[in-house]
Amino acid sequence: MSIRALPLYATIAIFLLAYLICYIQFPAMLSTRVIGNLLTDNAYLGIVAVGMTIVIISGGIDLSVGSVIAFSGVFIAVVLRDTGIHPLVVFAMLLAITTAFGAAMGGMIYLLAMPPFIVTLAGMFLARGASYMLSIDSVPIADPLYQLMQRAYYVMPGRGRLTLLGMIMIMAVVVGMIVLHRTRFGTNVYALGGGEATARLMGVAVGRTTVAVYAFSGFMAGLSGIVFSVYTSAGYPLATVGVELSAIAAVVIGGTLLTGGSGYMFGTLIGVLTMGLIQTYIVFDGSLSSWWTKIVIGGLLLMFILLQKGLLRLRIHQ
Amino acid sequence: MLLSTRDLTKTFPGTRALDAVSFDLKAGEVHALLGENGAGKSTLIKCLTGAYRRDSGDILFEGQPIFPQSTLEAQAIGIGTVYQEVNLLPNLTVAENLTLGHQPRRLGMIRSRAMNAQADEMLSGYGIDIDVRRTLDQYSVAVQQIVAIARAVHLSGRVLILDEPTASLDAREVQMLFDVVRDLRARGLGIIFISHFLDQVFEISDRLTILRNGRHIATCPAAEVDRMQLITLMLGHELQQETATRARPVADGKDAIRFSGVGRRGRIAPFDLTVHKGEVIGMAGLLGSGRTESAEVLFGAAPSDSGTVEDSDGPVDLRNPRAAIAAGFAFAPEDRKTDGIIAELSVRENIILALQARRGWSRPIPQAEQIRMADDYIARLDIRTPDAEKPVGLLSGGNQQKVILARWLATNPRFLILDEPTRGIDVGAHAEILRLIEDVVAQGMSILVISSELDELVAVSHRVIVVRDRQHVSQLTGEDVTTDTIVRAIAAPDLTPEATT
Ligand SMILES: Nc1ncnc2c1ncn2[C@@H]1O[C@H](COP(=O)(O)OP(=O)(O)OP(=O)(O)O)[C@@H](O)[C@H]1O
Ligand SMILES: [Mg+2]
Repeated sequence: MSIRALPLYATIAIFLLAYLICYIQFPAMLSTRVIGNLLTDNAYLGIVAVGMTIVIISGGIDLSVGSVIAFSGVFIAVVLRDTGIHPLVVFAMLLAITTAFGAAMGGMIYLLAMPPFIVTLAGMFLARGASYMLSIDSVPIADPLYQLMQRAYYVMPGRGRLTLLGMIMIMAVVVGMIVLHRTRFGTNVYALGGGEATARLMGVAVGRTTVAVYAFSGFMAGLSGIVFSVYTSAGYPLATVGVELSAIAAVVIGGTLLTGGSGYMFGTLIGVLTMGLIQTYIVFDGSLSSWWTKIVIGGLLLMFILLQKGLLRLRIHQ
Repeated sequence: MLLSTRDLTKTFPGTRALDAVSFDLKAGEVHALLGENGAGKSTLIKCLTGAYRRDSGDILFEGQPIFPQSTLEAQAIGIGTVYQEVNLLPNLTVAENLTLGHQPRRLGMIRSRAMNAQADEMLSGYGIDIDVRRTLDQYSVAVQQIVAIARAVHLSGRVLILDEPTASLDAREVQMLFDVVRDLRARGLGIIFISHFLDQVFEISDRLTILRNGRHIATCPAAEVDRMQLITLMLGHELQQETATRARPVADGKDAIRFSGVGRRGRIAPFDLTVHKGEVIGMAGLLGSGRTESAEVLFGAAPSDSGTVEDSDGPVDLRNPRAAIAAGFAFAPEDRKTDGIIAELSVRENIILALQARRGWSRPIPQAEQIRMADDYIARLDIRTPDAEKPVGLLSGGNQQKVILARWLATNPRFLILDEPTRGIDVGAHAEILRLIEDVVAQGMSILVISSELDELVAVSHRVIVVRDRQHVSQLTGEDVTTDTIVRAIAAPDLTPEATT
């Protein structure tokens, strides 16, 4: 636990430190209102990062998720516009599609022994292309359920709003934590990341686990797509380009080793919130260009990669 | 018969690893599987346990044909296995490694406390006291090996297979393992035991099966063959006993490397050591006594925090391994399974790796030179491979060891540290390696050999340093270098002839 959990502690410390700095400059940032917005605005990223965490710990990568989110939005919008199907049924259909899509990618990776990078890169183009097939333009969604979902929130002390979207993200993280840390499947994911050949000799069903890992990521990408479409009330095929990279960044800042085998789900939540916090700071400041977000995130990423390299050294020298 | 194979055949590109092998394991016996490096022992195990798919032949479990498709299926019928090259998963906790696949659950959720308790219980018979909640990589290779054995024993309802389980264990741990094995045998399990330590084989086995070049050569009760017969069966010819006379090291002190008062707090107490040109120094001691720690200090892998090092040219910089390599040092570490081999690279690339690193990557070794060097070491160390371009990962375990040894010899260092150089290497190659050590020493190289095999130390060393409780407790020279004196020096502090140099 000790050394392995260090990146997690580092993540939490950095988040708290960053919050302290924000608070000293803008005392208003320490309010449930800001926290509520942080959760809502980053809900879709947080959800997709939950799936990404599991993929990365298993030693893989999933580049398709950004496109899958866009596909989800367009799919929902188009089906709602053209048919009378109830939105909840559409959600279920969509989740089935994205989960199957993820499972198919996992199957390819395992059966053809192809690098996940290549397979999911193809998946990324495929999903993006499919959204264009459905619609080229942005399709607005004006379903009554959507308005209901947008307005559903719980007022926290201090008048901050814990929205439905924020709650879905927290739930996704909790589910992710249980799956990763409390089930045999979760242990198998770590086992895969620790060494596929060894895991196989120890009796881990490598194929089944790989398929399940990418199916899980596909499911989370679909869920993220639903949340994003509620957040924006539209489906747009050009949306969420590069979100897969933000998700990867959040996972790494959250202390997960990019080479697999080590990391914590809770760290990913903190990673997402840290990235959100930087953005909020820039909004509060008003004079800074929004590009600063990227620069700070880049710096943080670099720091974490160096930290992990250092830890690796430390462990070897023990 | 508990478990049998009939005409089992397995072919890899370029190699027929198993050629119509028939093998029987009875309930309640320990059956040793013997053969040279590359004879096909591990391949037989992997076919039996579903890790490899066989080309043809039958596997019978209690007379019924079985077709295990994965190790999971083999586990399900009660076959527990310690594979040769696997030390479990370093990133999981000890408890997770022990219980992987059968963690105690409630409502689909792992009960961590019950899991840790179960893990503690699984380890209870092995005399190690470790925190099962820590990750496996925080423990020594020996502990990892014991954890792997404990896992296999737990999974073995009917059959236990041990592929070189004792390679990194000390004598006490081996006895502990044998107690467990005897107990399982008494309970009617069939046990397959693979080892290159013939003493251990004779100690524990009821029957022996010998493989050579993928073929079944003989099966007989262990009591009916002696050591020499067995070796002859394994090699297909008699072992040439070497009667090499040891050349005296150049002790004029001119080219000596002098370590004075080097050590590292908490790892090894400060010690003095003078390494003469052309000298073989043996280092003996129990596992964990400070042997490896000494080597790491000498090589700068865990740099000394006291003392000085100098040679005829003045102080030697040993701040880190890179500096040590630049100073002409080399170190083949004990844990070659995980540290040394780059499985995807070819035999040739693995051999030239260290030499190339020392020259710097901007000055590549010419291809022809690489090929010449690789072929040379393949011949001298008798590395069994179809050619130098085969990925090392596809060689048998013992042959991988030889490749690592070749890598460090190829750098032609002036001071070479070998930590357990003959682990997992068969008797034939064993003699080859000792001969090779004598060769390079005659050319002026100095070598420090760390080994648990005292015969080996006695055979090659000019003097032997004994390490105990993280201290260099004594030094044996000349006539005093015998297994008896070493054993006594390891065991009893007061009987030692002289103090540390
Ligand atoms: N996956 C593989 N691909 C190709 N060749 C292989 C593979 N595994 C083993 N071989 C070859 O099969 C032969 C038998 O290897 P095996 O590992 O069974 O030997 P072994 O008897 O266990 O030797 P050792 O004592 O060194 O462990 C060797 O020549 C080896 O190179
Ligand atoms: Mg083997």
